[in-house]
Amino acid sequence: MKTDGGQALIRSLEREGVEVMFGLPGGAILPVYDPIIDSKIRHILVRHEQGAGHMAEGYAQATGKPGVAMVTSGPAATNIVTPLCDAYLDSIPMVVITGQVPTAAIGTDAFQECDTTGITASITKHNFLVTEAQDIPQVIKEAFHIATTGRPGPVLVDIPKDIVDPTNPRSSLEWEDNVEIDLPGYKVDTSVDPEAIQKAVELIQNAERPILYIGGGILKSRAAESLLELAELTGIHVVTTLMARGAFPDSHELCLGMPGMHGNFTAVTAMQESDLLITLGARFDDRVTGKLDEFAVSAKIIHVDIDPAELGKVRRPDVPVQGDCRTAIEAMVSVLRDFGSGNTDRTAWKSRISGWQERFPLVYEPSTPGQALKPQFVIEKLRDATPADTIVASGVGQHQMWASQYWTFNHPYTWINSGGLGTMGFSIPAAIGAKVGCPEKMVWAVDGDGCFQMTAQELVTARVENIPIKVALLNNSYLGMVRQWQDMFYEERHSEVFLSKEIPDYKGWAESMGCFAMRVDDPDEVEEAIAQANEIEDRPVVIDFRTAAEEKVYPMVASGTGNSDVIVPPSQEKEIR
Amino acid sequence: MNTESPGHRNHTLVVTVENKSGVLARVASLFARRAFNIRSLAVAPTEDEHLSRITIVVDGESAPIEQVVNQLDKLINVVDIQDLQPGHAIERELMLVTVAVEPEHRDDIVEQLDRAGGKVMSVGADSMMLSLVGDPEHIDTFENLLRPFGILEIQRTGRVALANLDETIE
Repeated sequence: MKTDGGQALIRSLEREGVEVMFGLPGGAILPVYDPIIDSKIRHILVRHEQGAGHMAEGYAQATGKPGVAMVTSGPAATNIVTPLCDAYLDSIPMVVITGQVPTAAIGTDAFQECDTTGITASITKHNFLVTEAQDIPQVIKEAFHIATTGRPGPVLVDIPKDIVDPTNPRSSLEWEDNVEIDLPGYKVDTSVDPEAIQKAVELIQNAERPILYIGGGILKSRAAESLLELAELTGIHVVTTLMARGAFPDSHELCLGMPGMHGNFTAVTAMQESDLLITLGARFDDRVTGKLDEFAVSAKIIHVDIDPAELGKVRRPDVPVQGDCRTAIEAMVSVLRDFGSGNTDRTAWKSRISGWQERFPLVYEPSTPGQALKPQFVIEKLRDATPADTIVASGVGQHQMWASQYWTFNHPYTWINSGGLGTMGFSIPAAIGAKVGCPEKMVWAVDGDGCFQMTAQELVTARVENIPIKVALLNNSYLGMVRQWQDMFYEERHSEVFLSKEIPDYKGWAESMGCFAMRVDDPDEVEEAIAQANEIEDRPVVIDFRTAAEEKVYPMVASGTGNSDVIVPPSQEKEIR
Repeated sequence: MNTESPGHRNHTLVVTVENKSGVLARVASLFARRAFNIRSLAVAPTEDEHLSRITIVVDGESAPIEQVVNQLDKLINVVDIQDLQPGHAIERELMLVTVAVEPEHRDDIVEQLDRAGGKVMSVGADSMMLSLVGDPEHIDTFENLLRPFGILEIQRTGRVALANLDETIE
């Protein structure tokens, strides 16, 4: 059947099962927007291309399906560079389609031309510049295959205008119902080596102080249930990194919570004192290890990852296991069931862990009457007033750390944040994407005022497209995390971190974008405001919580120091020997 | 040149890639992005028109070779990577060099050149252009031999290499 490139592109997306895409049209991509009118695919018109990318990421993280965004050439392509890099660092499956100037104009510095594939080569899992209309169906199939298999990641497809423009003969192609992918250099091996599993199990059986170190790979491989089985079978405690919050229930007795720079004392210290780190889908990020030379020096390492380049990249494993996390866990469970979990006495280790938990819980000083709200208090109230499967999407900074620390994540895929790239402004568009993917769930964005000002315009998208997310804005008038570092490491010399106490008027701004908005200053008003927000389903809600600017995120391992030097909150300093 | 310690030797990687536009840029950009150092690079088509072969000499000190190989392997267009072991591969470079030489000393140079297995390519009033193919050490030695005459211009190719067969003649 004869068709044109634009039609073929949309049909190819439909064939991949795409139900929704996020985008914004422009000159070079115009011809592809015409067939969208007749497509079943829901297109969500964003207000900035960065928003489209983060929405696709939020959608992908919440649903496990690849997120799709489509924008035009030049500035639109560069605007979506940040989400591409974000998705690359957090291994999020995403397909981004960008328009490009006509093939004959490539290289001439044409209007809205940029070298999109060149710019994005190092921040995508792969990218394509399609030069023939006939190649479109196959490339789209390959893009989805690459994005969703192995270690997932973003794939960009750059489409010159002439091959999708029906008035141009170059756009003509023969549509075929079946296309085959042809990727001779792309092999995905998810199987695991039984010998490596055997060695891993022996280490587990003999370890006195083992810890399950869980990263985002567990969520990517849909392995939360297998992990629970492994932990309960062996009785080994679990830490969940920032990318893995929710992969293991926070209320489980074996859960120690988040490790790392702002991890809780027990999670950090248990890893540090461990003699075996069973590393599953994690990558020894510097925010987890602290100073690498001093990280968990007596620990042997089992490292399971689908990406062989992660094995030994940072820390050399004693037992590397290349393969899918769930397959590896199931194989370990099976061997452990057959041969037992070993007879190593871990009583002393468990009592050390519970000792740390008793002495160093997460704490903050409640606000005194007349003082500004404590951000941790707001998050606790929000946590207690929302359904257990509420999706929380956060921005980047203090509020992100508090949300990760004080929320109780008992379900996988309920925590969405920008871990690797640390992209301010992530939360609102990511929450929108998550809500589009999971309309039946309540979705709260936990945001800071610095972040809010970067992407708040997408609340217009949310209202107009009828995507009722809720935003808890922890507004301390500062770039809070930067201020914290200046407080702690620059003698409280505040350089360019104060935003403004009254400008913008967040309530007025949110209302002008069609949201229901409230401002809360008093601790006594918090619960009622949240209850009111939870009742509203016909529009987005923004609550401007006025929080204390001097509040710091504790505990903290200062940048460049080792994980044995945890800075605890002032109230716990007496507990540190 | 021959100061490679056993732990940090240079590695010769023969990387077979899809013959598509932009693939060399992807490989080069990966090396830049990950701070791997390239000592030498050569690219050419292969016996299969869909494939090209890139021979890369990697500075083994800049990164563990397995990390270089694993990262390269993640490039979708990379089809195969061979890490050639020293002594188990034939490695060649080509040198074109113009040396300053008075007519009365031409014979000296030609004699040295014959012994090294090179060729005279072009002759000027007081200079000669020579070519030599050989393994990198051989080329280095000859280059050093020419230095006293005065090297006017020199151009060496990147190294190319193939793994040995069952029996190696040289």
